[in-house]
Amino acid sequence: MSKIATAGNAGPKVRSDCEITIEIRQKGGIAINLKSKVKTLYGESIKSLCREVLDFFRIRNAVLSIDDSGALPLVIAARLEAAIRKITGTEMEFLPEMIKENLYATTPERTRFSRLYLPGNSPGLMINAGLHSSHGIILDLEDSVAPDKKDEARVLVRNALRQIDFRGAERMVRINQGETGLKDLQCVVPHNVNLVLVPKCETAEQVRQTQEWINEIRSRKKIRNRIFLMPIVESAMGIENCSEIARASDDVVALVIGLEDFTADMGVQRTQEGAESLYARSRLVIAAKAAGIQPIDSVFSDVGDLDGLKQNVLRSKALGFEGMGCIHPRQIRVINEGYSPDNAEIDKSIKIVLAFEEASKNGLGVVALGTKMIDAPVVKRALKTIALAEKSGLIGKDWRGKTDSNQ
Amino acid sequence: MTVRTVINAAGRRVPVQINGQPVVAFKGVGKYRPSGRKYSPQIPSCSDFPTDGNKVVRSLEEALRKCGLRNGMTISTHHHLRDGDLISNRIFEIASSMGVKDLVWFPSASFPCNDPVIRYLEDGTINRIEGSMNGPLGRFVSEGRMKGTAVLRSHGGRVQAIQDGEVRIDIAVLVAPTADPFGNAKGTGGHSSCGVIGYGKADSMYATKVIVVTDNLVDFPCYPMEIEGNYVDCVVVTDKIGIPEKIVSGTTEITRSPDRILIAELTASFLEKSGILKDGVTMQAGAGGTSLAIAVFVHEILKSKGWKSKFGFGGSTKYMVKMLEEGQMGYILDAQAFDLDAVKSVENNPNHIPYPVFNAYNYHSKGNLTSMMDIMILGATEVDVNFNGNVVTHSDGYLLHGIGGWQNCLHARNVILPLPLFRDRIPVIVDEVTTLCGPGELIDVVITERGIAINPLRKDLIKKMKGSGLPLRSISELRDEAERICGKPQKPQFDDKIVAAIKWVDGTVIDVVRKLKTSQ
Repeated sequence: MSKIATAGNAGPKVRSDCEITIEIRQKGGIAINLKSKVKTLYGESIKSLCREVLDFFRIRNAVLSIDDSGALPLVIAARLEAAIRKITGTEMEFLPEMIKENLYATTPERTRFSRLYLPGNSPGLMINAGLHSSHGIILDLEDSVAPDKKDEARVLVRNALRQIDFRGAERMVRINQGETGLKDLQCVVPHNVNLVLVPKCETAEQVRQTQEWINEIRSRKKIRNRIFLMPIVESAMGIENCSEIARASDDVVALVIGLEDFTADMGVQRTQEGAESLYARSRLVIAAKAAGIQPIDSVFSDVGDLDGLKQNVLRSKALGFEGMGCIHPRQIRVINEGYSPDNAEIDKSIKIVLAFEEASKNGLGVVALGTKMIDAPVVKRALKTIALAEKSGLIGKDWRGKTDSNQ
Repeated sequence: MTVRTVINAAGRRVPVQINGQPVVAFKGVGKYRPSGRKYSPQIPSCSDFPTDGNKVVRSLEEALRKCGLRNGMTISTHHHLRDGDLISNRIFEIASSMGVKDLVWFPSASFPCNDPVIRYLEDGTINRIEGSMNGPLGRFVSEGRMKGTAVLRSHGGRVQAIQDGEVRIDIAVLVAPTADPFGNAKGTGGHSSCGVIGYGKADSMYATKVIVVTDNLVDFPCYPMEIEGNYVDCVVVTDKIGIPEKIVSGTTEITRSPDRILIAELTASFLEKSGILKDGVTMQAGAGGTSLAIAVFVHEILKSKGWKSKFGFGGSTKYMVKMLEEGQMGYILDAQAFDLDAVKSVENNPNHIPYPVFNAYNYHSKGNLTSMMDIMILGATEVDVNFNGNVVTHSDGYLLHGIGGWQNCLHARNVILPLPLFRDRIPVIVDEVTTLCGPGELIDVVITERGIAINPLRKDLIKKMKGSGLPLRSISELRDEAERICGKPQKPQFDDKIVAAIKWVDGTVIDVVRKLKTSQ
């Protein structure tokens, strides 16, 4: 077995990360060679953290080489642990403190307009991710992490879940398929994950398998918080089975379509207009709505084109989608605003509800607003819009009083 | 020889002598009263100059010889050619080949292109630099390798020092994109256009000898003249004074960093909700990516409200030019043009007015522009819990930036510093600044991606912002958050040796930079 291993990233463009090489030896004690742009300010603290980690793993003789570009302690610890695991295969975990800000739960029906994808092995993007007000933050262990980096990314994501304040965003992890996915779950589930994204989902069985794994870990580790599931459907087979997938478990709260993989599977080009996926998207929306869960749209990949994104969101909303993934923080606002009801919708809904309430008080079953008849389904939709507007902070709970004065 | 030190009004230990000359310790903002008269150079006579007005000499070397270059002289240059300057280094190359020693270089700023002067600091041609020190030059000074002590001044402090005679320029070498044989010069035209050359104005008026160097000689009169030929001794014509693409960035761009955009949005929102941004507002913002994003957001607000800024003070950029052209800004008063759009605008738009830094920033003057500004957007490497600011050293103790106009701009009505809470694990909000450049009483608001701190002295702003919905925090809460995320930093270790003095806008010494212990 090799006694030398490396984890992490270094290079001219890397920031807030480090690359650590460890050579475990038979004798000679601990030697640390540190190259760091913050050496004057944090040199001693980096070395003492590394000694603490080595001590935890009972390593007494080793040479460490650290190339640091301003990594936070949670990153340094993750990199060193990952390098040690490569050599020893240990199952021990050096866990940084779980900050109290991170101990929150979410609900099945919460708003999920925007969820920001963060590559699971890029710590620089994680630190401030919570500042941009997305409804969810996805720490991605799947497609954005190279196969030979999966193991170290998992440790980093675990530490991020414990140490980085995501400020109320739903804490999500996208796991890998199969056995790698199980390893992912074992590593992250005990650290207050709110939701797990199940990629390339083609059958209800895949969802149930994931849920079983999660439940097994939860009971073994005595974890009480619920963990929701969000299957990603990205193939023709997945679309065929999406109704069953949506109903596979009570923990499934949303169904996502992944159009890059879907169009590849179909052998067609993905276009801005999206005619090639119209049926698939519509089918998925109906399956989700029928199961009482949220249909979520695919990411928009041109991060520079915010106008294009806006048009895309409005088309998506018109089809019935209730959210979209973000691959850059600047997309968040456009997406949140796009899926929120606009002022005209809100005003109209309030008028409808008030008119209906007034009519009911007077014993009338059907009322008219202007020339339009208002019946139960219209009122139901108006109430939904108002609830959404309330949840998005667009109107206060006192909307009845506010609008009275406007009229 | 050790020099006696005293504690100044800001609580910093400073020497009473720098480079053998007595200096005054900082006494507090507006407290030091200068006495005496302004410095005046020797009286010249027309009889010493050609009657046909042609002062062209064959080379820079000839001009320097003619101006009597010798040991110990002070040589000044301006920085309008920025990183494309081809002349400053050449002066010292010539001096070195002539065997001249112990010069003082007095630039209005230095750039990476000036790193080769390190060779002339090492061979004794230059004794010291009194001006900004960046990159390798800063490193050289911080490691105690410069013979004399550096003196860092703000742009306004530099012209104050010239005017008051603290610095007596023996020879000013002023590059000019266009000049005539009499020495009239301007910043536009030719292939090295930089827009304006106002930083050289005070040098031209107060230096004993003045050399204008151009690569675009035009017939008399070169108009409008920023440098007036009556002050000029010789004119040198050379192939190339600068590298155009390094003189101005082709284009300045707003930040792409989502965190910086967030800071810019918070800043624009703060300006709007506090009522600081209003019809008729006067403002200045720099050319950094965050400042540019703020300018864009401010422009949108002005447009949507139908407001107009009375004037803006440059460094100008295409974003400011856009405000001028679209009618949201009355005038741009400009000391330097940062990009090609700005250069073009100075050349063509009569409401884009060159405005020398001598008039805008000099504190020993009958009032100046900075106190008339409503909004001043500035940066800093560090701000401490008493709102004191540092712009010259990094937290690791290395001297890496000049003061620029930063200290002068602190006199605006609302001084706002949009800053990241930390940069690559280095906290920006700290217990105590490494080097004090600006007293906290002049810094009103610090805006970070994780919260906004208003100086407790600004009770009016604190009251106005209550209930604004913006994330208001105390500055110590911000410091605590930075330390919680990054860890508490160690302090750099310094020797006693003073390597640089930091002057306040009135010429008093506000702080010093000491030699770093490099053994670590």
